[in-house]
This record gives sequence, C-alpha cells and structure tokens, in this order.
Amino acid sequence: MVEYNNTIDRGTRASVLAHIATAVLTLLLMMVFGLLMRMEQAQYIELGPMWFYQLMTLHGAGMVGVAAIAGAAIMWHFLRQYVSLSERIFMANLALFLVGVAMILASVLGGNFHGAWTFLYPLPTKSMGLWSPGAAALFMGGLLVIGAGFVLLHLDIARAVIVRYGSFARALGWPQLFGREEGYGPPPAVVASTMVTIVNIVGLVVGASIIMMMIINAYVPSFSIEPLLAKNMICFFGHVFINATIYMAVIAVYELLPRYTQRPWKSNRVFLASWTASLLMVLFIYPHHLLMDFAMPRWMLIMGQVISYLNTFPILIVTAYGGLMIVYRSGIRWDMTSRLLFLSLFGWAAGAMPAFIDGTISVNYIMHNTLWVPGHFHTYLLLGMMTMLFGFMYHVGNTRRDATEGMIDRIALWIFAIATLGFTLSFLYSGKSSVARRYAAHLPEWVPYDRVAAVFAALVIAAVLVFMLRFLLRLRSAARNVPQIALARGNPA
Amino acid sequence: MLHDSVWLISIALMSLMSAVFIFVYVLSHVRHADYKPLQKRAYRLRTAAFWVLALTLGPTMIYSLLDLPYDESRGSSNKATPQIINAVGYQWRWELSRTEVVVGQPVEFRVTSADVNHGFGIYDTNLRLVAQAQAMPGYTNTVRHTFDTEGTYRILCMEYCGLIHHNMVTEIKVVKLAGAQRG
Repeated sequence: MVEYNNTIDRGTRASVLAHIATAVLTLLLMMVFGLLMRMEQAQYIELGPMWFYQLMTLHGAGMVGVAAIAGAAIMWHFLRQYVSLSERIFMANLALFLVGVAMILASVLGGNFHGAWTFLYPLPTKSMGLWSPGAAALFMGGLLVIGAGFVLLHLDIARAVIVRYGSFARALGWPQLFGREEGYGPPPAVVASTMVTIVNIVGLVVGASIIMMMIINAYVPSFSIEPLLAKNMICFFGHVFINATIYMAVIAVYELLPRYTQRPWKSNRVFLASWTASLLMVLFIYPHHLLMDFAMPRWMLIMGQVISYLNTFPILIVTAYGGLMIVYRSGIRWDMTSRLLFLSLFGWAAGAMPAFIDGTISVNYIMHNTLWVPGHFHTYLLLGMMTMLFGFMYHVGNTRRDATEGMIDRIALWIFAIATLGFTLSFLYSGKSSVARRYAAHLPEWVPYDRVAAVFAALVIAAVLVFMLRFLLRLRSAARNVPQIALARGNPA
Repeated sequence: MLHDSVWLISIALMSLMSAVFIFVYVLSHVRHADYKPLQKRAYRLRTAAFWVLALTLGPTMIYSLLDLPYDESRGSSNKATPQIINAVGYQWRWELSRTEVVVGQPVEFRVTSADVNHGFGIYDTNLRLVAQAQAMPGYTNTVRHTFDTEGTYRILCMEYCGLIHHNMVTEIKVVKLAGAQRG
C-alpha cells in the first residue's frame, strides 16, 4: 500500500485572496476586451483600428499580468506550507502590480499607445506621430514596475528556499537526481517554485534591461539598439515570463489532486529530471519565436525547433500522465475544484500539440503570425493555466465539508469547457486558413470564422462570470476558514 | 497542402488526448484500494509511452529539418537564374523593385524594413500563406519561392507595425514568360 500523508492546510491568507480577486476581476475585463476585438473582426461592431489596437495592447499586457499575479498567488499559497515567506513582500508585489497597471492604462487610454504588449523595438518609439515618446515610456515603465515587483517576490522565495533547503540544487532535488541520496526530493511545490524563481529572475533581468534601453531610446534616439538583439531579449523575457505562469499554477494540481485521490504525487527521479529539463528548456527554447528571422544563427533556430519537440515530454509524460495516473480508479469525488484541475491538465496537454507543431520551422514558414498562434496559446493558457486558477478559486472558497456547488456551477463548467474548445479551435481553424494575426479588420473571406469565435468567446465569458461570482460570494468565508477536500471513496475522513 | 495536414494532425492529437482523459475520468469513480500494483503498471506504461513518443517525434523532427526555408536551394528545382525582387517595408506600405514575375521560375525576395519590424507574407490566389520572412530594419532576409501557377498574389504584413498594419498589402502578378516585365 502506498501511503499518502495529508498535507497540513494552514488556510488561505487574505493576501492570497486579494491577489486572486485582483486577477479574476482584471481577467474578466480583459476577456471583454478580447470579445470586443473578435466582434470587431466579425463586423458585429465598429470600433475602428485605433480602439482595436489599444484594446489589443491592453488585452495582451493585462492577460500576461493576470496570469502572472494569479500564478504567483497559487505558488505562494502552497509554498508557504513548506518555507517561511514574507507576506509584506508578497503584498508589495501586488501593490507594484497595481501601480504598473495604472501606468499602462494611462499610457494606452490617455496617451493612445497601441504598440502591443510585445513592445517590439523600435515600434514603441516609431509611432508615426500617433503616440508620444512619453506614452511609450509610460507603458514600458508600467511593465518595468510590474517586473520589479516580481523580482522582489522571487528574491524572497529564493531566500526562503535556500534557508530551508540549503541551495537551489537541493531544492531542485539534485542530490536525489544526480547524487547518492535515496528517496524523494523536496515536495513538488518546492521544486516547481525553485525552477520558476530561477528562470523568472533571469527572464525579468533581461526584460528589464531591454525596457530600460528602450526608455532611454525614446528620449535619446541617438542611443540606438541593435534590432535583432532587442528582439531576442524581448522574446526571451516574454517566453520565460508567460511560461512561468503555468509552472506556478500547476502547483495547485500537484498539491490538490493527491488530496482528492488520497494518493501521493512525490518528487521521484523522473519528476525531478523533468523539472530540471524544463528549467533548461524554458531558458533555451525562445528562438522558436524567431524562426522567421532568417538572419538569426541557424543553429539557434534549429535548437528552437528541437527544444519545442523535447518540451512536450515533461508536459505529457510527467505532469499530464502523473495526473491521469493518480485519478485512474481512485474513487475521486468530483467537485468543481477537482473537475477544473483535471480539465486544466487536459488543456495544457492538448494546447502543447498545435504549439510544438508550430515550432517546426517548415510549418512556421506558413503558419507564423497567423491565428494559429493565439489558437495554441489560448488553449494552454485559458484551458490550462486559467483553469488551474478557477480550480484553485473553488478550492479556497470550499470551506464547508458538506458544501456542494449548485447546478449553475456545473452548467458553467460544461459551457466553459465546450466554449473554450470552440473558441480555440476557431482560432486554430483560422490559422489553418492563413488568417493573419493582429488585424483590426479582416478580409471578407475571414469574417465567418470571426463570427463563430465571437459567439464562443461570449459563452466563455458567461461561464467565467459564474466562477468569479461564486468566488467573490465565498471570499469572507475563505479568509476565515480552512478549505475542505471531498475525500476519495473508501477512505476515512 | 501542408496547412491541412498540420490541422488534421493537431486535431488527431488533441482528440487522442481527449479520449485518454475521458477514459480515465470514466474509470475514476471506483477506487482500486491498493495503489502499489496499479502504480507499477502505470510506470511500465509510462516507459512505453515515452518510447512511442520518442520514436515518433524523433524521426519526424529530423525529417522536417531536412528542408529549411533558409536553404539557398529552396524554391528552385531548376538551375534558372532567380528573378530578384527587393522588398522594403515601410509604415504602412511595401515597396517592391518589380511586381511581375514569370511562373515556374525561382524568385528571390530580398526583404528588409526601413523603419519597424514587418512580416513579408506571400498569399496565393486562394488566400493561402505560402511563404514568409520577417522584414527587419538593418537586415535582409531572403525568401526563395517558385510560383507554380499564374495569377495575382498578395503580400500581407505579418508582424504588427502600428495603426494601418492590416492594410499594408500589395500585389505581385505571376505571368507566363512573354508577358513579364523586365526586372
């Protein structure tokens, strides 16, 4: 019999709930912006290109921020069960996030900045007079402030992990993986948090460096930047930061599915190897964003494709398979939390399929910057990462052992799953039909796809509204009580 | 077309994922009390899954790397001298050194940008993207393509470049030899 030892749940801190509430309210607003964009392309409404690109810029920056702040909250919530974290720094991160958001909103809505969240050099400073250098600097400054908050958070996590485990190497389980130490490595939450901390600190420093250079360039144009170097730095930062959000959020799956199934999810050697491999891959995979930059060294582009393929292994063979393994014949009691977490694993694994295919150079040649790209990243971010967030929201709100979700939640879940698949598949189908990405107006041949996508997007929002309202209604109880888990059948409470 | 294959393979793989998750979901309701033997079997199956994945993805990846768009031989099945088009992206227009090429003969697009990043995307007469490269300030990326059918092809911008990005379109005529303009 494999023993499962229940992790002690110390309850949910108000600071975590503040993060999640901020994230989900922003998420809903950004989803509405996304819907407006799809409706504009579908010719249901008429916003005009200026508004479209402003909304696109806000949607991109906002969603990345939401994913980051939500992922950080999930990671912090579980990690503090094992290490001693500073709540002040955690809240400072949220405060800096809100300051950054205010700066970005002012830049876009007040200064008409619409250079996309990717702020690809030199576009922010070459606007054809449509926004000022000040607006560009304000936008990039907002990103910088948000990034500074995350650097603080990760430094605190690094401190706490090193104090508890001695080094990053030990926290990643290297003595068990490479050395002679027997048994399991640190808990999955610690391994994942350490990996995220390492890659995000590197990513954020690179991101902050290019942003600083671009802010200087905005005011001193003679301070020019090598465009391909700038592109590399931006893609590196963007890739690492957004991918880290999934690695943070998946901690909810590692922590909660074992509690539901009463089966262990330990850091065995395969698990540790996969996280060490993911650490390296997330740092070196980014050239797959630059496959159409023929001026790049060819070995880097080939490396981008090779790592894109290799990257599917940890996702499929370790995390998705691990989740399936402990759920299979477990007698799990399905509630909103367990269903959403299970669904999120599917979303991550399914989204990885069109993603790695897009990482094939010869495919990228005919698919890059079509709607295929938002097709795959919406699959693993919306049906994967955000679904982990929704599962976590139901978990922290589920403070009564006899609590049952209403029919409306279950209906919302089904609508969410089906509509998200419909929404992402309409993106992918549009990509297959060569519909270009980031277009304020679509060619007449493309409009039917947009109309289908807009309907699915509206349904997704309706479902998320239910998840959000349920969470907000349970906020007070969540702050006072410890979350409860519906134990698997055949197990003593 | 590669577009259709990519779509079908993705849908097949995503469907396979769905089937596996539904299978496990359906069989999750009854508890198998002793997890140890189940775990052992699952680990064996995982090893098998690893090798299936490795032996499927590995050769596919290697095969796909044999034909890269960066190769100079790309787009040329014959030794004919390529028809050269210098393409420069501006906010928000394309400037091409010529707008007509001969069908069946290789074309070499030398793509760059005068201001910000653009994407040089060639769309065929059925509005399918058949080739592309980034148009980078300070760099020239060479796209090699042979047009197999006559007609009017569109060049669309594939990298967001500001307010009129979606209207940054131009055309190339692919004609029989007699009608082509001198390059």
